Amino acid sequence: MKNLNNIIPDDDGGGRRIIGLSIGAFAMFFLLLSRLWYLQVISAEDLIDQSESNRLRFVPVAAPRGAILDRNGKVLVSNTPSFSVAVIPQDVKDKEQLIDNLARYLNLDRKEIETKWTKGQGRAKYYPLVVASGITRDQMEFLEENRLALSGVNIEMKPIRAYANGSLASHLLGYLGEVSEDELNSERYREYNAGDYIGKSGIERAWETYLHGTDGGRQIEVDARGRFLRTVAETGSSVGNTVMLTIDLEMQKAAEQALGDKAGAAVAMDVNTGEILAFVSSPDFDPALFTGRMPPDIWKKYLEDERHPLENKALKGMYPPGSTFKVITAIAGLEEGLIDEHTTIQCTGSYKFGNATFRCWDHKGHGSVDLKKSLRESCDVYYYKLAERLGVNRIAKYAKAFGLGAPLGIGLENEKGGVIPTEEWKLKRFGKKWYAGETLPVGIGQGYVLTTPVQLASMIATVANEGTIYRPHLVKRVVDSDGKVLQDYTPQVIGKTGLKPSTYRFVKEGLLAVVNEPHGTGGMSRLWEVKVAGKTGSSQVVKLRDSKGDIPYRFRDHALFVAFAPYEKPEIAIAVIVEHGEHGGSAAAPISGKILRAYFEGKGVIKKPVPKAAVKEEAGGEGVAEPDTGAKEE
Amino acid sequence: MFDRRLFTNFDWTLLGVVLLITVFGVINIYSASSSYRDIGTPYYLKQLYWIVAGLLLSLTVCSLDYHMLEDFAYWLYGGVVVLLLLVLVAGKTTMGATRWISFGFFNMQPSEPMKIVIIMTFARFFSRYPVFKGLTLKELVYPLLLLGVPAALIMKQPDLGTAILVSLIAGTMLLFVGVRWSALGTLFAAAVPVVVVAWEFLLHDYQKKRVYNFLNPDLDPLGSGYHIIQSKIAVGSGATLGKGFMQGTQSQLRFLPEQHTDFAFSVFAEEWGFIGCLLMLALYLFLILWGLGIAKRCNDRFGSLLAVGVTAMLFWHIVINMGMVIGLMPVVGVPLPFFSYGGTSMVTSMVGVGILLNISMRRFMF
Repeated sequence: MKNLNNIIPDDDGGGRRIIGLSIGAFAMFFLLLSRLWYLQVISAEDLIDQSESNRLRFVPVAAPRGAILDRNGKVLVSNTPSFSVAVIPQDVKDKEQLIDNLARYLNLDRKEIETKWTKGQGRAKYYPLVVASGITRDQMEFLEENRLALSGVNIEMKPIRAYANGSLASHLLGYLGEVSEDELNSERYREYNAGDYIGKSGIERAWETYLHGTDGGRQIEVDARGRFLRTVAETGSSVGNTVMLTIDLEMQKAAEQALGDKAGAAVAMDVNTGEILAFVSSPDFDPALFTGRMPPDIWKKYLEDERHPLENKALKGMYPPGSTFKVITAIAGLEEGLIDEHTTIQCTGSYKFGNATFRCWDHKGHGSVDLKKSLRESCDVYYYKLAERLGVNRIAKYAKAFGLGAPLGIGLENEKGGVIPTEEWKLKRFGKKWYAGETLPVGIGQGYVLTTPVQLASMIATVANEGTIYRPHLVKRVVDSDGKVLQDYTPQVIGKTGLKPSTYRFVKEGLLAVVNEPHGTGGMSRLWEVKVAGKTGSSQVVKLRDSKGDIPYRFRDHALFVAFAPYEKPEIAIAVIVEHGEHGGSAAAPISGKILRAYFEGKGVIKKPVPKAAVKEEAGGEGVAEPDTGAKEE
Repeated sequence: MFDRRLFTNFDWTLLGVVLLITVFGVINIYSASSSYRDIGTPYYLKQLYWIVAGLLLSLTVCSLDYHMLEDFAYWLYGGVVVLLLLVLVAGKTTMGATRWISFGFFNMQPSEPMKIVIIMTFARFFSRYPVFKGLTLKELVYPLLLLGVPAALIMKQPDLGTAILVSLIAGTMLLFVGVRWSALGTLFAAAVPVVVVAWEFLLHDYQKKRVYNFLNPDLDPLGSGYHIIQSKIAVGSGATLGKGFMQGTQSQLRFLPEQHTDFAFSVFAEEWGFIGCLLMLALYLFLILWGLGIAKRCNDRFGSLLAVGVTAMLFWHIVINMGMVIGLMPVVGVPLPFFSYGGTSMVTSMVGVGILLNISMRRFMF
């Protein structure tokens, strides 16, 4: 066919240009292809990662904490399911209606739910937003039944701490709280996330790494708006390890009961291992309140109570040991050869030293006093004179040999070391030289001397076992969920006093007399079935000049008592302090007696009285020591 | 008028390639929109309707001899320019741009037909214009005026993408006609100050922002850089073999923007990988070369010019869209012909195909 209409003058040029355009098109497509090659082949791996991180999110699932048991496997702290109501914003159809329904079903204020809702609004739409926590099982079931009216509502179960015995041993066990910002930045909590609960005090804090367990998590897929689509993968959480304490639940109960609502502390310890059997600081608090939101009125009450319920007095309370320290002074005297069991001094009721007069608690005087009598009746003059001859440094030497003046390493945080003064110490502490007159009160555990209840228990245990200091400890072992023992805390000897056996014999005879002989100050801790030895003490809080009548509570003396039993073959040592209890013999010794009774009842040495009437009768007979003789001392 | 030869000479290959692309397009739209809430007719079905409508239109266009267009070209040009003026005066404003005029029952976007009309106008202009050793600068004055008026009006809407496309189509036709090197050099030299002035005074902030974001998407990864970043991730994470049909996480979870329209190819690249992209590029390249072949085989100058113009229109849509999706070009709202969801684009492209079919089957007519 002939082209008639061809008016293109340069036909070849047209053809050439078509080829030119084709080459141009090729080039452009080659450029596109190269770029696709670069993205889809060369950079593919990196971009695949980016697309994965676009869509996948990790939601941690907290592991249930390990349980805390007593030495016999009785549960002290475990977990219990706590039900909370969460809304998942992406699934809510009618917000206002839902808030109305929830408020009605849960008997809550509408405002409260609204506030929580608004607070959590910044988070992803798939993220459950808790609007009410700690609902009862009945409420939970009611909500389940009314699911249809509650679209977008999720009932979540999460394990929370359950304290089997309420506030029992609260200072020892500790409480939980949300990990703080500072803690998150520290090495110790490097692996934790904001919102995690951690132990904030006591065993919960110190054994956190064992108790916490391994958190699991769910990898979920979300869309571009962050809405949950499905769970991609799940890693299970594994429960924390079980911590078995050295505490004996029954003794702990008895000790707490014995202290009652008095402020103070009691520590009972196994003489031959250092295991702590009871560890009481009174008054206590309710650890469960710390896990959720602490009611402000209770918090205020805790803070304002002059008996300081939040303070762990057994570990951190530093008290002048008072006459319980005479044990150390006596030992120092015997060891240094300044006295023997027959050495007597005359007590006229006071001792003049320079211009000062140091009084014995018994102003009438004890007359002729030997070692045994000095302990039994707690004669102050005897120890003033002995201390004067010893000098403060020699007293300190023996005090320190018994573990006083430094923390014992019980394993909890902020353990206090107390103070055992020396000449050097005073120079360093106050920049002043020691005056001989200051030595005299040290001899009776006053002056600068400060000890903690744990130290006193350890001290008397060392007397009882005649020279071995065991590290006081609270945890027997850590066991994982399969029952495998991860840590066994065997008795650990941290010191030997290395004294003459006779020294112990003479001192212990004196301590036996304190409890069991007429005029002994510690008669109220006597048991009929077991021989108890002990020493009373009362320590001045402030110096009062012969004040008569009612002394305000906070100025009253602290009452102390240390004891061990059985006398022949000691097993248990006890230290009791009653803050502002005034007299060791009347306030602290009976408490010690009750704890000892619980111990020997548990061992089957003392029969548990079954009928209630019998208990009273026996208790009446037991509280033998007549306060007329010696339950009072200075 | 209906010759049997028309039927025997019908360009089945061209239609076949186009239909193949539309089929991939529909399948891809099905996947891209599967995560949308279903309200009314699903997108893939609507796209099918548009394909059918487009085909009918295309066949109508090819049933009438394209030489008739030569007579109407200027009238159509005048008419569309008037409509573009009308848009500026009484247009409908959506999303900050005034591109539509409403005829009550029917809205139209006159910048879209301008793409076809500029082709006809240039073809008409140069079919009667003897060119010897390429156009001189002086000879370029009228054609550039013909282009400049509608291009400026479209840019004023503002619709930078269409303005550029119209210019690129016209420019390609000029190259086909032939431009002298001296004229080209002068034009480029003149273009520099024009671009500077346009950047300073004519471009809107959002348009400048797109260019900035193209140059560095990480400036604003959640804002205007988002499109480029997410699209690159989608394309790249498809890797060699793709994530599989309906399995693209970027698209199914809607990290991609406008994934059934301008970014449809991104969805395809994610789900079908480099292999799939290679196939699509091959189909498009074939389409372009075939269109140029029609221009070459055509025996009259008007037809050749028309074919080159239509092919240029398809080519520039393809290159700009793909370039945008894979991060070679800034984000401009240009759909991928036969592939992206949308009636307007489908109609324009199908009319173009109708013109190509028309020229192709009448090449032996004279």
